[in-house]
Order: sequence, then C-alpha cells, then structure tokens
Amino acid sequence: MSSGDEARVPARGVVIAHGPMARAMVDAVRRIAGDAADALRPLSNDGKSPAELSAELDALMGDEPVVLFVDLQAGSCGMAALSSCRDRARRVVVCGVNLPMLLDFVFHRELPVDEIVERVLERGRSAIKAPKFEG
Amino acid sequence: MPIVLYRVDERLIHGQVVIGWGNELRPERYLVIDDELARSEWEQDLYRLAVSESEVVFASVEEARRELEGWKSAPLRSILLTRDIGTMRRLAEGGLLQGEQVNLGGLHHAPGRERVLPYLFVSAQDRDDLERLGAEGVEVSARDLPDAPGVPLASLLND
Repeated sequence: MSSGDEARVPARGVVIAHGPMARAMVDAVRRIAGDAADALRPLSNDGKSPAELSAELDALMGDEPVVLFVDLQAGSCGMAALSSCRDRARRVVVCGVNLPMLLDFVFHRELPVDEIVERVLERGRSAIKAPKFEG
Repeated sequence: MPIVLYRVDERLIHGQVVIGWGNELRPERYLVIDDELARSEWEQDLYRLAVSESEVVFASVEEARRELEGWKSAPLRSILLTRDIGTMRRLAEGGLLQGEQVNLGGLHHAPGRERVLPYLFVSAQDRDDLERLGAEGVEVSARDLPDAPGVPLASLLND
C-alpha cells in the first residue's frame, strides 16, 4: 500500500497511560477541539496484567493507521504499545504524550502516518518551554 | 555490590520499578529471569528500549542459578526480576536465595487467582510456591513501592 492510500484512511489515535491520565487527556482534547477528539481512544493500565492490557489495546485497533500515544516508554503502557506494533507497519508509538501533540494530531490525521509522527513530535517538543518575561 | 532488589512483578521492567524503586535504589542493571523471554530476542529488544541507559540481562532460571554468585559480587547495582512466584521459587531452590529478601510487587487478576492486596492476586500454586520460598530461608513480603508499608509473608498466606 502506498503512502497515498494511507492518506485516504484517517489515522486513529490511542492514548495509553497510567491511572486516569489517558481519559483525562482525551477529555481535555474534547474541551478544546470538540468532536475532533472522537479520533482518540483512551486506555488505562490500571489494575491490568500485561496480557489484559495488550488484549484491550488490540480490541481498540482495526486495520486503519494508528498512532499510539504513550505516557512513559519505560512502563507497561509503553511495552504493550510497542508489542502491538510488531510487524504492523501502519502502527507507530509516540512516547511522552502531551496535550499540544494530541491537539495537532486530531486535525491532521489524514496525512500519511510518517508525516503525522513528524508533526506531533515537533509540536510536542516545541510546546515544552519555560517562558520568561523580559525586564 | 549485591543485588539490591529481588522482585516478582508480572510487568517486569515498568514505571514502578524504573521510577519508584529506581530512584530509591539507583540500579545500573536489570536482571530479568524468565525462560520464555530468554529465548525471545524481539521482546528483549522492547525491554532494552525502555531502559536504554541501563544494562539489561535476560537469563533462563538455569542460567541464572549458574550466574547468581557472580552477579552478587559484580560492581553493578542490580535489580533482579521475575514475572511470577514460581520462577523465583525455582531460582531459590537449594538455598540459593537463603537470607535474601524477595519483594512481591505486582500480580494482577487472572482466572484462578484470588485478591490478597490491591496489586497482588495469587493462585493456590502461588501460595504453595510462597510457602516453599519461606522454607528455603527467603524473607518474602509484598510492597508495590518503597514508601508503601510492607506486608510479610505470614499475613499474605493467612488471608
């Protein structure tokens, strides 16, 4: 499948995080971006074994391109996400999820997955700053 | 430097271990003892990606029993992990972990397991393995994070 074909199928986003974080982040996207947040599915690792978490993650994804947004790579969420991408070229993991990258994602999910990832990484990184007033 | 933590946790290398215990114990190496993982290079790669700044060693129980003394006397501070109680029990057989403390950190709900603590569900086989660990001279307690109260083996088995 070419990248042009990929662009015709909008990517889905799955936010996988510890405790209530994923649901809270998707809710925050909804409050800012409205129904565009429908492109995101939250998944918590709370009280789940690695097998349960992987099964729930697989159930959230179909054949469409998927960007898996993870809070912490060194964790059960990161492991489940990376495992689910094995041999799946149209699934990509982005670690260190933040709100600016999710907001960018929901409005650009018809781009090819590689371009989406490039964008959200740039948006996510550039949003981390310590602004100071001059003078 | 001795192995600074022996832990049973079915998630193996994850947030509580790397962040919670890692900040307390400053490990330089993770020793993951698991027969299946020791044969799966792609899964090993996943775990190594997660803690790229630390050394990660994967070993079967048989290999671990051979290497244990060397790991204990090596200069690196290590955390040793198994994902089930049975694997730790097999490692301990014959007094290999006599006098050591084993931490139960996370076994989740599964068919045949009963809740003992919010983060600890055990089966009848697990209970048997815990008793055998105790009989091997291992001090077992449950504690998910360093600042949580430890629950000793006797309390776990009496629940």
